[in-house]
Amino acid sequence: MKKKYGIKQLSIFLENRKGRLLEVTKALTDAAINIRALALAESAEFGILRLVVNNPEKAKSVLSSAGFTLREQEVFAVDVPDEPGSFYRVVRVLSDEDINIDYTYAFVGGSSKAVLIFKVPSEMLQAALTALEKAGIKLVEPMFFYD
Amino acid sequence: MWNQIEGAPREELERLQLTRLQDTVRRVYHLVPFYKNKFDEMGVGPDDVRSLDDLKRLPLTTKQDLRDHYPFGLFTVPLDQIVRIHSSSGTTGKPTVVGYTRHDMDVWIEVMARTMSMVGTGPKDVVHNAYGYGLFTGGLGFHYGAEHVGAAVVPSSGGFTKRQLLLMKDFGATILCSTPSFALHMAEVAKEDGYDLREDFRVRAGFFGAEPASEGLRQALRDAWGLTYIEAYGLSEIIGPGVAAGCPYGHLHVFEDHFIPEIIDSATGQVLPDGAEGELVFTTVTKQALPIIRYRTKDITVLHREPCKCGRTLTIMESVKGRADDMLIVNGVNVFPSQVEHVLTKIEGVTPNYVIVLDKKGVLDKLEVWVEVDDRTFADGIGALEQLKERLQQEMLNDLYINVRIKLVEPKTLERSMGKARRIIDKREAEGLQK
Repeated sequence: MKKKYGIKQLSIFLENRKGRLLEVTKALTDAAINIRALALAESAEFGILRLVVNNPEKAKSVLSSAGFTLREQEVFAVDVPDEPGSFYRVVRVLSDEDINIDYTYAFVGGSSKAVLIFKVPSEMLQAALTALEKAGIKLVEPMFFYD
Repeated sequence: MWNQIEGAPREELERLQLTRLQDTVRRVYHLVPFYKNKFDEMGVGPDDVRSLDDLKRLPLTTKQDLRDHYPFGLFTVPLDQIVRIHSSSGTTGKPTVVGYTRHDMDVWIEVMARTMSMVGTGPKDVVHNAYGYGLFTGGLGFHYGAEHVGAAVVPSSGGFTKRQLLLMKDFGATILCSTPSFALHMAEVAKEDGYDLREDFRVRAGFFGAEPASEGLRQALRDAWGLTYIEAYGLSEIIGPGVAAGCPYGHLHVFEDHFIPEIIDSATGQVLPDGAEGELVFTTVTKQALPIIRYRTKDITVLHREPCKCGRTLTIMESVKGRADDMLIVNGVNVFPSQVEHVLTKIEGVTPNYVIVLDKKGVLDKLEVWVEVDDRTFADGIGALEQLKERLQQEMLNDLYINVRIKLVEPKTLERSMGKARRIIDKREAEGLQK
């Protein structure tokens, strides 16, 4: 099941320097890569850009050869109704299982659905997926993001 | 002058130097295997020094030799005769250690008393000593010298600028001992706080050393404080401060009845004549615990042997013009790039691709190390990266004794912007004297 629901996310290390974000997005555009979801974390001096794209392998090689520091992470996504309480229900399942959430981000996937992306410590990933499935929360297959 | 020897005829001085040199050579040959081996290798015996000219036949000693015999391998006395140990940060984690017998302390106090006497420092003076107290020889060196001439010493050590200014003003400091950049920093802070340096303070002279100072910086200090600028030169391997001191005519006199100076060609090791620029080398001729033969200071300068208007006949050295190695001086503390690299290497997960950036923050030095984060070291979390940064900064403080700011940068930015071989960018030009 882990294999089935594991989604490849690329984390890119960025200095807080003018034009850096522009250079990442330009490299992806030139390679015709579609960004399906993104989140940016930042500190005073640097940031981490997290991307789920339609073709992670290609994005990885494009960005690597453009000199970016990156790391591939396995995350998972759930599909929930776009309404009050949806995020809470997912977080509660994870919390009940004592699973730490490293970070999470979301996007609205259509008129009534929202997609939540979670990163948990890799040793807790299997437990997270099992618990969510048992709680009847719909996990998103990677196919949804990839071409 | 404190001691008549400072103005003695050259022949008398040189006779004294020769006797002392001969004693020192016998001492190290018979007591320190390292020297015996080196002398034997070069075919020089302990009785072969018949004139001062024979000094050049003796082997040179380097900082590496001190490090190789860490901690006490080059001492000529057992530890029970040692009354003081100082140490400076080492280039690869191991510090350089120097020891003093009671007699060595007397020599040190004597040369520091001579230094203080360059402006007639005495019982009527209040000496504000802002050199760091501790393992660094600066603080305690000046302390003992100033006390010995009867002055009241305020051992304020470094930092806490505002409190220092308050004490200087309220205690009526007449003499300031500090690095030149810190003295300028104090002047600027005093001005911001509304003090009038000439009205509110009584500082008449300053003893400045531990880092190079341009003529512009010296003049700025004279103007700001209304003081006589006295240069102090020294290094812990020889004794600490007190190896040479500036007279009121601005000439740096080497106390050569204790430390014989030479200038050599850094590349060939050949002795150069007076007036030629090269690497300064010292032989201590009165020290007991750690006598040192022809120590390469790596400082580049010029020697002149001519009488000075101040009445001293002691050799004059010009202010240090530069270094024969890559040592950096950061707010008076010596730092080698290899020390920085050592810290980076020992912290798991950081590739030693880095650049050292030196700049001024106000008038004080600021050292930044830009460290590349690569695919292996990149942890996907702001917290983890911040932790890495903190840890590096802490390790740098532990090993280098200075505050280093770590900046995490993307790989290849360093190469792109400055060429891979270039590890040091020094932006501190003209010591930040823009007015």
